[in-house]
Amino acid sequence: MSDKFIIPENQIIELKGRGIPKPANDQNTDDIVPARYLKEITFANMGDYAYFDERFKDGKPIEDHPFNDPKYQGATILIGGANYGCGSSREHAPQALHRYGLNAIIAPSFAEIFAGNCASLGVVGVTVSPQDATELADFVKQEPSTKILLSLADKVIRYDGKSIDLDISEGRRQAFLNGTWDAMTVLQQKEERVKGVIQKLDYLNL
Amino acid sequence: MSKGTLYDKVWKNHEVGKLPTGQTQLFVGRHLVHEVTSPQAFEMLRERGLNVKHPELTTAVVDHVIPTHDLSRPFQDSQAELMTKTLETKIKEFGIEYFAPGSGKQGVCHVSFPEQGLILPGVLAVCGDSHTCTYGAFGALSFGIGTTQVSHVLATQTLAMDPLKVRKVEFNGELQKGVTAKDLALYMINQLGVEGGVGFAYEFGGEVIDSMSMEGRMTLCNMAVEGGARSGYVNPDQTTFDFLKGKAFAPKDFEKAVAYWKSIASEPDAEYDDKVVFDVSEVKPMVSWGINPGQAVEIDQKIPYLDNLTDKQRSEAEDALNYMGLKAGDQIAGTPIDVAFIGSCTNGRLSDLEAAAEVLAGNKVSVKTLVVPGSEEIKYLAEEEGLDRIFKEAGAEWRYAGCSMCLAMNPDKLEGYQRSASTSNRNFKGRQGSPTGRTHLMSPYMAAASAIAGKIADPTPYLRGK
Repeated sequence: MSDKFIIPENQIIELKGRGIPKPANDQNTDDIVPARYLKEITFANMGDYAYFDERFKDGKPIEDHPFNDPKYQGATILIGGANYGCGSSREHAPQALHRYGLNAIIAPSFAEIFAGNCASLGVVGVTVSPQDATELADFVKQEPSTKILLSLADKVIRYDGKSIDLDISEGRRQAFLNGTWDAMTVLQQKEERVKGVIQKLDYLNL
Repeated sequence: MSKGTLYDKVWKNHEVGKLPTGQTQLFVGRHLVHEVTSPQAFEMLRERGLNVKHPELTTAVVDHVIPTHDLSRPFQDSQAELMTKTLETKIKEFGIEYFAPGSGKQGVCHVSFPEQGLILPGVLAVCGDSHTCTYGAFGALSFGIGTTQVSHVLATQTLAMDPLKVRKVEFNGELQKGVTAKDLALYMINQLGVEGGVGFAYEFGGEVIDSMSMEGRMTLCNMAVEGGARSGYVNPDQTTFDFLKGKAFAPKDFEKAVAYWKSIASEPDAEYDDKVVFDVSEVKPMVSWGINPGQAVEIDQKIPYLDNLTDKQRSEAEDALNYMGLKAGDQIAGTPIDVAFIGSCTNGRLSDLEAAAEVLAGNKVSVKTLVVPGSEEIKYLAEEEGLDRIFKEAGAEWRYAGCSMCLAMNPDKLEGYQRSASTSNRNFKGRQGSPTGRTHLMSPYMAAASAIAGKIADPTPYLRGK
């Protein structure tokens, strides 16, 4: 994958792809990418380090880890557990998942910083009820080749003839729908108002 | 929705406006950067052809990768050298203030920046680091952000956010001997869960917090994120003002500043989205047994029996016990350790080192023990007090300032299945550098007592006073 830092923006209205189950609760950013791989100054190789310590033991791949298991290769939607992505603010974690090939994460809840980092990379993070998440993860284990549809437009996930509601902050949903999920462009448009805030902020003039 | 809280006031003061998406654009009053998460953000600027908008509101330091035993350059680890050099090149290019190694100001970001007086009440402060919540101890609204957001702040001095809810967390009662802010943090996370704070900022209050030092408040706020809260804060009071007076970066017109700081505290009739009250009179020194900071018990307790846990807790506990090599129902005290680590942005401040020294004085450690000051200034002050001699006489290693063994991005790492008594903030699998290493979180008192005993130990017999 590209060693460019900026990921080009596009409108994200719906996503369709195969799932990969990773349902444990409280998976942290050290699980997703161990700290020793944060010493590279680009994100280019992060995909290789996704879940590294879970995937490899003594240099050999653990075959039934979902990220190694051939039946999930090519999956683009991860089904996670509650408090997914807790821990550090390292953007390396969502970068690793994205560069591994994922573009959406469905979980009962997300750690805040991780969710924000996903959004600014164009990785769609949506929440569903714990029961829906468990059922979806179980389905993916049974039917790994069946595609899941995630519609941000309709706020719904469809698979196997079922339809489950998804939740996402409205601001983030609009940002994906509009293709402005990396907020840089919109943040640059209010320079005069920023100057106004600086003028009225007492502490900057003390 | 909360109303009249410090959170609401500081948020409002920094509002630039609503974005087309409905999110809020917030001005950032203080931006802190370090070498792990920020050099890439400068590259993002370069790719977009953008400049740093307000270099005067940004300050940089190197902490995660800096070695703590040999500071000569280039660093032996070529990756660490490249990261440091990349940051140094960028901050020079853009005219950003740098707490360089050897300047007397370098240290772990969340230790150095506040001790220099850079973090003030009412400021909105961000850093590409989750423990940025530490600064809430000053009544700042502070939280960690990712690298792309760091690039937003560099280019525009603003970022896009959704508001948090505010939960008041009160600590009342009189603390028992040997119980510190770290023990209260572990207790709170155990009670509310590692996910309990998701969606919230925590406002810490109550009589225990009112009489707590700034250093203790920093330790507690530092751990807010471990309980899922993106931000945690304490309303500024006389303790805050006394701490800031005379600091290098404190405002020149201090009286005017104090008046402003008082004005941003939560109103007596403030409304909260949630409120939790703890009576912590009975809490004993806490220690983690598992692989997240919520999996903790008091030092005289047993590792929980799985039958006593909920379904969700049980599957996590099984995984944790398996990884940690422990058995449900065993006493946590007496678990043999291989390494003790005293330091980090949680517990690397002067009072933490004084606490460790109180226990270590006149004793010998029986395992490898690293004592790592949180900053160059703390190293200097500790040596003035003679703490370094106490540590060395006890057989501990006295190091240079840095993140050290908290996260093992530098030569200080666990090896193999080593078990560590650590004053850091995360006991995640592999956190201290070995994919199979085991971490027990605790206070500096307990880490020092455990270093002497060679096993997890109650520190209270070593403590003077009440």
